[in-house]
This record gives sequence, C-alpha cells and structure tokens, in this order.
Amino acid sequence: MSVDVLLPSPVPVRFVAEDGTAVQPPTGYQVPAEERLLEGFRRMVVGRRFDRQATALTKQGRLAVYPSSRGQEACQIAGVLALREDDWLFPTYRDSVALVSRGLDPVEVLTLLRGGWHCGYDPVATRVAPQCTPLATQTIHAVGMADALRRKGEDGVVMAFIGDGGTSEGDFHEALNYAAVLGAPVVFFVQNNKYAISVPLAKQSAAPALAYKGIGYGIRSEQVDGNDLVAVLSVLDAAVEHARTGGGPFLVEAHTYRMDPHTNADDATRYRDRQEVERWEAADPLARLETYLRERGVLTADAVDAAHEAAEKFAAQVRQDLNADPEADPFELFEHVFAEATPQLREQRALLASELED
Amino acid sequence: MTTLSMAQALNAALRDALREDDRVLVFGEDVGPLGGVFRVTDGLTKEFGEQRCFDTPLAEAGIVGLAVGLAMGGFRPVIEMQFDAFAYPAFEQIASHVAKLRNRTRGRLSLPMVIRIPYAGGIGGVEHHCDSSEAYYAHTPGLKVVTPATADDAYWLLRDAIADPDPVVFMEPKRLYWSKGETSAGDRRAAGFGRAAVLREGRDATLVAYGPTVPVALEAAEAAARDGRDLEVVDLRTIVPFDDATVVASVRKTGRCVVIQEAQGFAGVGAEIAARVQERCFHSLAAPVLRVTGFDIPYPPPILEHSHLPDADRVLDAVDRLQFDDEPDLLHLAGEAS
Repeated sequence: MSVDVLLPSPVPVRFVAEDGTAVQPPTGYQVPAEERLLEGFRRMVVGRRFDRQATALTKQGRLAVYPSSRGQEACQIAGVLALREDDWLFPTYRDSVALVSRGLDPVEVLTLLRGGWHCGYDPVATRVAPQCTPLATQTIHAVGMADALRRKGEDGVVMAFIGDGGTSEGDFHEALNYAAVLGAPVVFFVQNNKYAISVPLAKQSAAPALAYKGIGYGIRSEQVDGNDLVAVLSVLDAAVEHARTGGGPFLVEAHTYRMDPHTNADDATRYRDRQEVERWEAADPLARLETYLRERGVLTADAVDAAHEAAEKFAAQVRQDLNADPEADPFELFEHVFAEATPQLREQRALLASELED
Repeated sequence: MTTLSMAQALNAALRDALREDDRVLVFGEDVGPLGGVFRVTDGLTKEFGEQRCFDTPLAEAGIVGLAVGLAMGGFRPVIEMQFDAFAYPAFEQIASHVAKLRNRTRGRLSLPMVIRIPYAGGIGGVEHHCDSSEAYYAHTPGLKVVTPATADDAYWLLRDAIADPDPVVFMEPKRLYWSKGETSAGDRRAAGFGRAAVLREGRDATLVAYGPTVPVALEAAEAAARDGRDLEVVDLRTIVPFDDATVVASVRKTGRCVVIQEAQGFAGVGAEIAARVQERCFHSLAAPVLRVTGFDIPYPPPILEHSHLPDADRVLDAVDRLQFDDEPDLLHLAGEAS
C-alpha cells in the first residue's frame, strides 16, 4: 500500500466554515443526505440539552460526577449516525451523549455516574461496550470484537471512541497495530478536545496531528474539523465504509474542544484562560450547523423550535427519572463476581446479611 | 491411561478443546508454527490452521485485550503469556477488565477465557523468566487461579478452565513441564477444578502445597516416613476457588500444618492459607502453622536459585519445628529476641 493513501489531509477536512457558510471540501468525500443532517441537528440539540441537564443534576447531588462533552456534539452525534444498529460502539466515560443518541435509556447510561452500579445498560442488546475509564484500554477490545464479527461472517463494524490524552497510552498503539495486522473492521475515532484533564495537547504529543499516528501502523487516517457535523459525518461514513468493505481499520482525528471543565470537580480556570474558551464559542458546532441548514433552506424556524421543544421534554424526563434515589441491593455485590459464587463469597454474603440484621 | 509429560498433557488438552469447540482460539507469542517456547502448542497451527492457533504481535496487553474483545464476541480464547514476568504489561487489562467485566455489567457479559502463564523457577532461567506471580492474580476478585502439579491434573484442569464461564489464570510450573505422569486424557473427567487433592495420606502433619512445590512436599513426606513421621500432602490445584474444606479436614485430623510455596513469603498465598487454617482449626492445632517459602528477594540468578527455592530439607526443618516433643520453637524465639 502506498504511503500517500494512508496519509491524512494536511489540514482538517471541512465542509462548513465557522460562520455557517459552505466551503469547498477536499475530493473524495460526499455531503451526507439532507435528512441525515437534519436528524443530526435534532440530535445535537437534544444531546446538548441532556449534557446541560446532567451537569445540573451533578450540582444537585443526583450524580456523583459528570464529564461533560459540551462543544463536542458534532463528534458525539456523527459517531452514532455513521453506525448501523448491528455495529458495535466502544465508548469512554465522556461519551454519554452519544449513547443516549444511540437510543440507550438515559437512566441506564447515567447509572455509572450516578453511582448505582458500574454499567447500567445491556452491552449485548445495545451493542455498546461499557463506558471505559482506564484510558485506551477499550480500543484493543474493539479490535477483538471486530475480529469476532469478521470470524462470524458478519459485516458489522466496530467504532472505538478515544480522546487526545488516550492516544499517549500504550494500549492505543497496540490496538492500532493489532487492528492493522489482523485487518480488523474497526474505526478509531479520536475526539481531540485539546485537554487531558488539565494537560494541553502540546504537552501530550509532538505529532503534526494525532491522525498521523496511523501511518506507522499502516492504517489509513484522516483529520477533520470536529465542530463541523457535515464534515465529521462525511469522513466517518467513508471510514465505516472502508472498514465494512474489507479495507481494514481506519483512524479519524476530529479537532474539537471541551467547553466545560474535565468534570464538575475540575477547575478549568487554573490551566486555560477565558479568551481561549471564547474563541471556541465562535466555532460552536450546533450554531454552525443551524446556520448552514437554514441558509440552504433545509431547516425551518419551526423545525428549530420543535427540536428545542423535544429537547426540553427529554431533559424533563431525565430530571424526573433521576430525582428519585437509585435502588441498590447490597446482596447483588456477591452475584456477579463469578457465574457461581465461591464458598468464600457465600460466607461473606452471610456475614453481610447478619450485619444488616443488627 | 497414557504416560505424558505435563507439556504434552497440556498440548493434548488444547488439541481436544480445539477439536470439540469451534469457539476455542489459541494465540500468543510464538505459539503458531514454532509451537510455543515450551512446545505446549506444538502442532496446533498445522492441525487447526492459522485461524484457530496464531501468532500475535509482541505486545501482551494487546494479547489480553484482543482476547477480551473476542470473548465479548462469543469466542473462547486461550492465550499464552510467554513467561510470568512478561505478563506484567497486561496486568491492567487483566485486573481492570478481565476480572471485572462480569461484575461491571451485572452478569450480562462474561469472559470465558484462559490466560496460560508458565511460571516460577527451578530451570536456570535468567532474570524476568522465573517469577512466582500467582498472588497478584489470586488477590484480584473475579479471576480463578489454577496451577496443576501432575500431568493428569494439567490435562483436566485446562479442559475445565476452557469450559469455565469465567476467566481463568492458568499457571503452569515451568520446572514440571517435563515431568511425566499417567493421564486419563479422553477417558474420564476428573473433578479437580475447585477441589484440592490429598496426594498422600498421613496422621502426623499436613503439608499444603501447590504447583512447583507439590513434588517437594511429596519428597519431604517420603523422607519423613523413613524417620517414622507420617505426613499428609494436600495439593491445592486451584488457588481460587480455594478448597477450605479439604485443607481444614486434613489439618483437623493431623493437628499440624506446614504451607509450602515457591514464591517469596511476605503477603503471599501461603500467608492466606496459614491464616485460614488457624481461623478454622485453632482448637485442633498442636503447633503454630508454619510457612516454607522463597525468600523476600527478587528472583535470584541461576547459579544461586537453589539457595532460594524451598526444598525437602527446608520443609523437613519446618516439620521438626511443629513441637512434636514440647520443645520450644527456638527459631521463633530467636526472632522475637532480636
């Protein structure tokens, strides 16, 4: 394979400028169908409202912690729109918006952050792996799942989400290498939101762009404006198609920005200034898509209102569902260590039972 | 019954598992055409093809992580970590994912996979090739930890491990790879998984051993018998789940216990066993439970490993300290005085 084929575009692929006007995209990428862009807009509106609601619920003590993805909605939604129902998604802890957009029950998604259990949804039924906290460890699982699908003769694709900090972890590099050697149908989707908690990208990597990390492993790679839903969806469509049709793995880096602190427990003013955040406000992915679609006459004012109305309704339901204390059964602690509890676990269960009786 | 070395018995177990279940996959470093550095996977690629038994890139976290994804996707990976200390790069995958996935997902996802690890010393291996790492895994909830000491147990414990719905860390004592023994491979199913075996019955004291120290315990019991002491030898076979019942029954009968492990002693599996025995057998014990272990040192260079490894003499010295004659335990008193 020629090196040129693997290399990403020297500048991030972009379809829509920050002011919402269309720009000439590089050749080889298609503008996604209008209905998908409209669907993308509606989901971004709901996603942002959900994110804001989750942050509010954290401040009210209803969630133990919440890592916001505000500002990354184009990535969150495009990642989901690019996949079929029978494809698999391997997300991180920051990808709750994507999971809700994929149709997972918000209460089940937030179970982890609410502290009710570790993973609240059914990974098999939803084809979404548990949200992963140890950075980059999920990327190699994604390769294994992709290999499993291929072995079973299915044409499913696996998408692994990861952040910029995660690309420094060894497991990311092992995953890229394994995927390439195995020719596994997996898309690595890096949401480069510029910060790993407080550490800026410049201290994370000296690569010209994180997308260049694919070439050393023989993986086709691309970089895209992560706040341009049209571009992210177009590039991810191509990446998924590449993987689905036997082309092997694909690495996509989306340049975006984490508008909020790492989590509610973080203080972002200690490591970045207000001006920087304001510059990124101007690149807001939701406003950009709205302007683009409205100027093309695809999106009406009524449709915008309807989207916000749906988002309010969705948030109200989340609020209501999470305003009750989660139910937890202490004896469940012993149930899922092994398929069958060991004699020692049965003894410890009995001990807890006697403690609870006192 | 056929006579096989432990390595051959393990090979037979892998072969039979691959033959019986299409979901079983064998992979790791050099396990393909070479047949593994200890030849445990000898001939498997030839018989079952590159899709079923294959070499991976040289990255242990990757091997384990790949197995996690494949097991999530319905396969039953049996992977090899080439040596004990080479498994450390994979420890995060093992501790954070392999051990926890069932628990994290409330049982919706299970990981039926086996991590084979040749471990411990006694073969003149240079550094990083001889660690006894079983305590790390035994200390991690969600992992079953198995270590055979005979060819027959090697075959059946590996078959059981592959069939198990939970992840199993299967620790193979390197120095026993070439030990021959009769195996019933293909004849019957032994009920070894989760059950300790009483390899030798005795009345005077119980020697509890596992993996590489089982032959040491048997040799010590043999020698003690010549001096008129009748020692019982219990081979744990599985460290997790731990068979309290067999160990406790033996010690309650004999009233004395020595726990033998090759690993360094501090905070090791032997310490756990000693604690469990004294908690459960206190009124039956005529002497403190003693441990015979490796020293608390990094594994020594080959020329000095014999000084480190527990041997029959060290075991017999411990047996002599079990207060058969009401003499005070001078070694312990000396320790307290200093």
